[in-house]
Amino acid sequence: MQALWLSLCLAFCVAAILLVVGTPLAYWLSQTRWRGKFLIESVIALPLVLPPTVLGFYLLVVMGTDGPLGKLWTAWFGHTLAFTFAGLIVASVLYSLPFAVQPLVMAFESVDTRLLDAGAILGAGRWRIFRQILLPLSLPGVITAAVLSFAHTLGEFGVVLMVGGNIPGVTRTVSIDIYDHVQSLDYAAANRMAIALVFISFAVLSTIYAVNRRVWSPWPTK
Amino acid sequence: MANEVSAASAIRAATLEAQFRFKRPGHAAGAFELSVDFQIDSGITILFGPSGSGKSTLLDCIAGLLKPGSARIALNGEILQDSATHIFLSPQQRRLAYLFQSPALFPHLTVEQNVSFGLNNSNEGDREGRVQDLLAAFRVEHLARRRPGQISGGEAQRVALARSLVTSPRALLLDEPLKGLDSELKSAIFDDLRAWNRVRQLPILYVTHQRDEVDALGERVIAIDRGQIIAQGAPHSVLDAPRKKRLAYAAGFENHLSAVVLDVRESDGVMRVRLAGSETELEVPLGYAAAGTRVHIAIRAGDILLAARKPEGLSARNILDGAIDSLDVMGTTVVCRVNAGAMFLVHVTPGALRSLGLVPGQRVWLVIKTHSCHLVEE
Repeated sequence: MQALWLSLCLAFCVAAILLVVGTPLAYWLSQTRWRGKFLIESVIALPLVLPPTVLGFYLLVVMGTDGPLGKLWTAWFGHTLAFTFAGLIVASVLYSLPFAVQPLVMAFESVDTRLLDAGAILGAGRWRIFRQILLPLSLPGVITAAVLSFAHTLGEFGVVLMVGGNIPGVTRTVSIDIYDHVQSLDYAAANRMAIALVFISFAVLSTIYAVNRRVWSPWPTK
Repeated sequence: MANEVSAASAIRAATLEAQFRFKRPGHAAGAFELSVDFQIDSGITILFGPSGSGKSTLLDCIAGLLKPGSARIALNGEILQDSATHIFLSPQQRRLAYLFQSPALFPHLTVEQNVSFGLNNSNEGDREGRVQDLLAAFRVEHLARRRPGQISGGEAQRVALARSLVTSPRALLLDEPLKGLDSELKSAIFDDLRAWNRVRQLPILYVTHQRDEVDALGERVIAIDRGQIIAQGAPHSVLDAPRKKRLAYAAGFENHLSAVVLDVRESDGVMRVRLAGSETELEVPLGYAAAGTRVHIAIRAGDILLAARKPEGLSARNILDGAIDSLDVMGTTVVCRVNAGAMFLVHVTPGALRSLGLVPGQRVWLVIKTHSCHLVEE
């Protein structure tokens, strides 16, 4: 159960961070007319196509004792970033970034620009337009982004294994726990964890599809 | 006394001057250039022109939603934009009211919250009073607690008007805000708008391409086509006698034909003309033209009847034999191109298309009344 609790903690932290980081990023992507925008979009979408081991490998190199981020982290906190819970969070945030940013961009772009124009004509500044018009009208997208990044982080395996290793209570997430149990032929224990994950994932997904069927759903809307 | 003087000078000072060029870059079809220079005073000025003539773009430039490259726009003497001195006031700073084609009400706020949105900076009591005044002026007090999704289209436009006027704007820009409403509802809203402006005397620029709105509202008309102002003045002088070919286009004439006068029948009040480059003849109303001179004729696509068999026993003097070149369904109108010596555009309903079983290549007859043919100058 320790592994499950750890995974839930990790997924919760990652979803929260992604909302804070992803919202301004998605807002910028939805508003900018910069021609190079597609480059940023591609970088954000990379984790969708790369094998988790590739992302995990480079993260390990960057976060390791000799890596730039690892050195910085060690200088500040006195220990390395790799093989820690904080390291897992950093890796998972990058890994789940597209799952937060894409539904947010979709939601922001689907708001009628004439509503934003109307706000500006009525004297509202950019921040007030964002807070009182754009964000409330994008709420289904915000919920989708939070739930998808939570669910995606909960189920990750490859990146965690590469960056976190397998330290009980620190980096041993539920998917690694299941893998471990199967390796030691303890199918009963593996099944307990696996079934818990199936139920949690189902609950989470049915929440978003119930909330809205429009923003970023792999299923047709009609 | 002092009040009267200042009121008078305030009225005199209520002018909106705009002079700008706006280029939308793009390839052949997408490229568009708007180049205008006009001044409007207090009261309602109609900006009239066909779809795609640049009317909405023009309003967006005045409101500051678009930034024309070379511009001088001033309201009551205050510069809103001057490209020479790099002044560009944001839409927030301009204090204008702008009503779009759609009401654009904030769907997550109630009618009351929508109307008070523009009063963010005033204190609570003030705000409440102003909102109630405007809701009452446009007869929507009873909807205060509803959301935009729960009111009708006409009510939504009334709320949108109230919302844009609550901020005490200095000028009004209205972009076909009453599109799709029936004429009774329209004239009721016009009356309320006029009553509201009677004391304020703001300059109002009202965009439309519908004649009935021009007749109901207009004190002055600016006709625009393909990004250019082509005429301005009193409504009937600008629109009733389309004197310029381009204005005829703006006033809704889809067919422009060049012709030579064959003979003039003064006593019947008609003359016969032959269309340039063909043998097709038309009977048109008498104009100041002698036999042998060139004239231009404008005919509305909706004024031409289409028959699948040769019609007989009609009063219409012009029955032309032709063949369908193409059929395009555009919403509830079918645009039919018919080759009858010259190419004619004819509008028919989808129902007529079905019941006549029209197909490209089919032989058809065009029926045109003499007085549906309008003589226009080049």
